[in-house]
Amino acid sequence: MALLEVRQLKVHFPGRGGWFESRTQPVKAVDGVGFRIEEGQTYGLVGESGSGKTTTGRAIIGLNALTSGSVTFQGQELTLGKRGGKLNFRRDIQMIFQDPYSSLNPKKRLLDIVAEPLRNFERLSPLEEKQRVRELLERVGLSPDSIYKYPHEFSGGQRQRIGIARAIALKPKLIIADEPVSALDLSVQAQVLNFLREIQEEMKLSFLLISHDLGIIRHMCDRIGIMYKGRFVEQGTTEDLFERPQHIYTKRLLSAIPVMDPAKREEQLRFREAVNSEYKEAYERYFDHDGLAYPLKPISATHEVAAPEKG
Amino acid sequence: MHDDLLSIEHLTASFRIGDRYYAAVDDVSLTVRKNEILAIVGESGSGKSALAFSIMGLHTRAKIEGDVRLDGQSLTRLPPSKMNKLRGRDMGMIFQDSLSALNPLMIVGSQIEEALVLHRPGLSKKERKEKTIELLTQVGIAGPELAYEKFPHELSGGMRQRIVIAIAIANEPRLLIADEPTTALDVTIQLQILDLIRKLKSDIGAGVILITHDLGVVAEMADRVAVMYAGQIVEIASLSTLLSNPQHPYTRSLLRSIPASREPKSKLYVIQGIVPSLQHLPRQGCRFRSRIPWIDESAHEEQPEMHEIAPGHFVRCTCYKHFRFPGEEEIRHGAS
Amino acid sequence: MWRTVARRTTIMIPQIVLLSILVFLLARSMPGDALTGLIDPSIDPAAIEEQRVKLGLNNPWYEQYWDWVTNALQGDLGQSFRFKMPVTDLIGERIANTFWLSLATLVITYLIAIPLGIISGRYNDTLADRMITGYTYIGFAAPLFIFALLMLWAFGFHFGWFPTGGSVAPGMEPGSLSYIMSKLYHLLLPATSMALITTVTTVQLLRSEIIDTKHKDFVHTARAKGASESRIYNRHILRNSLLPIAAFFGYEITGLIGGTVFIESIFSYPGMGELFLSSISVRDFTVVTSLVLLYGIAAILGALLSDLILSMVDPRIRIK
Repeated sequence: MALLEVRQLKVHFPGRGGWFESRTQPVKAVDGVGFRIEEGQTYGLVGESGSGKTTTGRAIIGLNALTSGSVTFQGQELTLGKRGGKLNFRRDIQMIFQDPYSSLNPKKRLLDIVAEPLRNFERLSPLEEKQRVRELLERVGLSPDSIYKYPHEFSGGQRQRIGIARAIALKPKLIIADEPVSALDLSVQAQVLNFLREIQEEMKLSFLLISHDLGIIRHMCDRIGIMYKGRFVEQGTTEDLFERPQHIYTKRLLSAIPVMDPAKREEQLRFREAVNSEYKEAYERYFDHDGLAYPLKPISATHEVAAPEKG
Repeated sequence: MHDDLLSIEHLTASFRIGDRYYAAVDDVSLTVRKNEILAIVGESGSGKSALAFSIMGLHTRAKIEGDVRLDGQSLTRLPPSKMNKLRGRDMGMIFQDSLSALNPLMIVGSQIEEALVLHRPGLSKKERKEKTIELLTQVGIAGPELAYEKFPHELSGGMRQRIVIAIAIANEPRLLIADEPTTALDVTIQLQILDLIRKLKSDIGAGVILITHDLGVVAEMADRVAVMYAGQIVEIASLSTLLSNPQHPYTRSLLRSIPASREPKSKLYVIQGIVPSLQHLPRQGCRFRSRIPWIDESAHEEQPEMHEIAPGHFVRCTCYKHFRFPGEEEIRHGAS
Repeated sequence: MWRTVARRTTIMIPQIVLLSILVFLLARSMPGDALTGLIDPSIDPAAIEEQRVKLGLNNPWYEQYWDWVTNALQGDLGQSFRFKMPVTDLIGERIANTFWLSLATLVITYLIAIPLGIISGRYNDTLADRMITGYTYIGFAAPLFIFALLMLWAFGFHFGWFPTGGSVAPGMEPGSLSYIMSKLYHLLLPATSMALITTVTTVQLLRSEIIDTKHKDFVHTARAKGASESRIYNRHILRNSLLPIAAFFGYEITGLIGGTVFIESIFSYPGMGELFLSSISVRDFTVVTSLVLLYGIAAILGALLSDLILSMVDPRIRIK
């Protein structure tokens, strides 16, 4: 049984409405997405801006209302008993946000920031609470004495670790990390990525990692789903996608990854041109008349590609 | 030396914090040749953007020392009116965030035209518009007449970045400075913009300074690379040398921390400590010293200098000779 | 564009309706009614009761409200018990005076604010900026009515340069040039006194907007194009910095309403504000409620105006 299973998830936002405004079509931010995350594994959601990857993550944790579809966590339907399409917020699922500057309340002390989820779900005495926060800060490599400090006293990487401390406070089973390192410098990024992997092993955590950076996705993920305009174009293991990409959009995305070897520059240029011309030529085979991807079809036990009904 | 389009000598840019001046760019010397892309790489706080702004003379309140020469003409002591004539005509700049780099209340056409108004007073209104449409086409905007009338917020990020580029190249500058030109963009758009910059560079034969934190972009674009740390250049080399035979401990550490450089799921290399803030930069001795504490103090120079260890390959401080990563036994010696 | 105007104007209607209900309920909650003050107390209570029924004073409040509103729309706001004349006539005289006073104040406010704000923002942390900021601090700290009294004493009584009351010299032929000049002459001191104080908010706002804008990236872009400093200010910084000032215009009007109430009383200027204060002191409630209603409508119109201005100058708000 998968830890998390998402089936036919749709999140539509209403178009502009109101007096004198013609109602427009709803924006289909997420349009029928499904995937599974196994325990202890990392699932990567990749896509460009506007692909719906962030909305998918936010819908799973209940920050965006679902239009339809279901989310099952440990066999339990989270969509059941929903009010207004909102999921029951789970202590077992936590989130890490992209911007460590705006996601921490600047007016609160570390103690209050990290203890916030504890206060929502557990009744601890102030003393116990302080002890727990100290442990958590130590766990993420910050001094336990800094509980009375404010976020602005920390660097970007340290702030992101404060965010992680808050996320792991309740010992969740799944963490949704939305571009957790894209605001950080390379050397700090490495630190946070290492740390995420460490706590994953230690706490048997699963991750839903949302990123546009294929280098990070490849480094971190077991399985990957590639999104385009609210739908999946391809899904499979990291190896499936990086070694045997099938969909033209995946190929195009992969060809855009910078090559670190200048000797291969020419080769890469030719490869990109080939992919680009294939993209133009094969576009209609891979996308329907609205420019959207077809439903996924399995091509191996682990690998699925969006393809039209016939052929 | 006659190839040198731009030469920077001992450039220092200091900013006032409280009642003291702190150098964000500290004694930087480098050259850019015609038709060459020099990448300046560094993390936030390394002074790379401050360097770009200093070359363009865009800092309004910095103390600038040293010299910047464009084709032999010294820029740092030029009066503002002369500098205005050079900016936008001989030097163009591409900014990072295209939404904030464009005036929100002006249609993009007028914003491009402004560069023409300022430097080609001979053009009639009609000619200016024609030239602007031509520029829009040149930067790859389909339907340039339509785009001309748009306000910045009505265009996509990729389109806006093309407008910013059109402004920078409007007068075919000799020097083009691109400050993180693709940081805010998606990978496929990034590729298109990089291609465009490369093509325009060849078309107008400009020298390009590409400021970036992204080693991938560097690898795609650069002919030569300068690595900056804490306001100083720590290593300069050709791209292939820098990637295949990096010497300075900082360069080597950076290259090791790229996820793509390691086995998936393996541990990435992490540089100890943090980048010191401007007020707390060590002004004496090797600035990278505190990040590699396991290296013997005696390995560093007292006043670290740039050493030319191979033709065109410069490294600051002597610590590179003795640097090894933690866990690495053998000590490497210099370049081969 | 027109759609925005229409939409924004429609939204205003419920605001005004709500305001009128509030004003009406407020007036009703005051002790007594139209009859208590008017009628000789020795009259038979039964006759009064009969009169009350006839006037509809025993009807439920919403019927009374409806009567009041329909009358108000036809220009009948009731009788002033002090002046024994229709409120409409009473206000009509004064509304023009207040309008001209407010307009003059607004013009002087911006005449002071824009140059001072620009100098202060463009050359911030210079001596000029420090002097201007110093002035704004004094303006914030000084209460309007004390400052106005001081001005009145100094320029009206001590030097005798300006008239100390009224809106026009007596015996002038309305419409003649000398009549207009006399009107202006009477306006000048009260309007300047008020503007000198109210302008400081705008000076401060413009200053901080300019300081903000000059660090924006598009200013770097303009500078990198080779634009001179004066061109950068005229073409790029000013327009962007004036946007919030335009947005602030509506609140400026609300502020003016408060200001004119004091200023008109101090300078014995026959406007709505002077009428307002004196009516309160003699409890002439019909006049007071009518004025509150008019002031409220003026404030709502002011907000509408600044929204419209903003949507005209800022392309990001324009709705296609």
